[in-house]
Amino acid sequence: MSAAVKSLPGPSIRARAFRPNWPMRAVWLGFALYVVYASGRLNFTWDRFVTGLDRGAVFLGRMFPPEFTRWQLMAEGLLESLQIAIIASAAGILLSLPIGLLAARNLMPAVVTVPARAIIALARSFHPIIVAIIFVKAIGFGPLAGILALTLGSIGFVAKLFAEAIEEISLKQVEAVRATGASFMGVVIMAVLPQVLARFIGFSTYQLDSNLRNSTMVGIVGGGGIGGTLFSAFQRFDYDFVAAILISIIAMIMLGEVIATWLRRTFQ
Amino acid sequence: MSHTNDAPRWQRFTRAQRLARFAVYLAMVMAVVWSVQNVRVIPEFLYDAHTQMADLLRRMWPPDMAYYPATVHGALIETLHIATLGTILAVSMAVPIGLMAANNIVPIRIVNEFAKLILVASRSVNSLVWALLFVAIFGPGALAGTIAIAFRSIGFVGKLLAEAVEEASTGPVEALRAVGAPWPALLLKGYWPQVQPAFWSIALFRWDINVRESAVLGLVGAGGIGLVLDSAMNFFQWTRVATILIAIFIVVILAEIVVTQIRKRLI
Repeated sequence: MSAAVKSLPGPSIRARAFRPNWPMRAVWLGFALYVVYASGRLNFTWDRFVTGLDRGAVFLGRMFPPEFTRWQLMAEGLLESLQIAIIASAAGILLSLPIGLLAARNLMPAVVTVPARAIIALARSFHPIIVAIIFVKAIGFGPLAGILALTLGSIGFVAKLFAEAIEEISLKQVEAVRATGASFMGVVIMAVLPQVLARFIGFSTYQLDSNLRNSTMVGIVGGGGIGGTLFSAFQRFDYDFVAAILISIIAMIMLGEVIATWLRRTFQ
Repeated sequence: MSHTNDAPRWQRFTRAQRLARFAVYLAMVMAVVWSVQNVRVIPEFLYDAHTQMADLLRRMWPPDMAYYPATVHGALIETLHIATLGTILAVSMAVPIGLMAANNIVPIRIVNEFAKLILVASRSVNSLVWALLFVAIFGPGALAGTIAIAFRSIGFVGKLLAEAVEEASTGPVEALRAVGAPWPALLLKGYWPQVQPAFWSIALFRWDINVRESAVLGLVGAGGIGLVLDSAMNFFQWTRVATILIAIFIVVILAEIVVTQIRKRLI
């Protein structure tokens, strides 16, 4: 046994199975240095963290038990959030159809795709909450601002993915339908839409889900829905009511997720 | 009519499928009608929305560029630090939780389910709510924002990471196990090389999202450019608001370009 081990080639001529990857190690070191530097820039100290943990324990203690007695106020806010999400999704998805089609580079000339893509980029790059504040300032408090903000956000997401899906279709079917002398709308309805419909429904349901989440938040900046109730409860240090609202929001979002999965399965 | 009896009539969907689809369409239309009828929107607000928007945009013009070096630049850098530190913190917390959620790493169902519960909880709470909670705990400032970003991202990173780990091929892992490698070596040399591309791609993707999200956190007092935006709006300094919005827009676009470029090189 020991003789066999000795007969193996020594370490001097044996190749290492896993050679050290110095560039990668440098990257990790860079991350570590960055964390130290940035924590210093933002004034993070261990003290602040520890005092925060103490306060966090008090905070959690005050959240329990959640107070559900004002359920009517909560139900009102949740329903308004739901309405905002539904209207914004419907409007956003309907508007995404033409905009996405106009942004598809394999069907449209550059004259059309460039402005359509600019609209999509603009709608995409701002967080829905920022868009919501701007609408709140422009047209006043209430669900309308939230609806408009989420509609714009939906266009940014759905139209972008719709355009990308159209760009990936097979052009054979388009040619075949065109060869029958179909009009442009005929080509779109018979050759383009059937190829992308399944994916369109996929990201539309995803957007419905995401709008439901955001519709509970636009209220923080005055855009209507449960967010306003949540924010004012926070400002009144009414933490047991905050806990109740959070639980109901999470319940609604999870229900929405179940419905979205179920919708997707129906259309598979 | 007679041909339906002779030849089988081709139909894409079964009757049940068609009924299910029809039911869904009907439910959607009903939901939209119900929402439109019940939502408390004042119609006059809707009719003059475009003039109000145009008025606001006119008041924003021209953007107050002198304001940028004074206040906006520092806040913007702070926002980027919040997003980056938050992402790093999130990834370092999501790796152990993601591994716990992957059934081929920890073959204990109850641990998997517990880890998945943590991930779902993290995702279900919006980053603004996380920020509100941490502002109440740590006080206003960048610390609350960073931790809010981190807690919000754990769910996303952990879920995708767990999926990537579960998809890893067992070949290299079994080979390592056969030569008697200890478990850290299994993770480091068996799984990590397979998961690495997905790992970087997930982390970059989340960083891109976090740059957008961290711009908002200041609205509830969690530091960064949102704070500056909020105060400019409260004082109706619309030309400054325009500068801030342009700055956010450029940073978001730059972040997206950086991410696409790195992904192209790396993966």
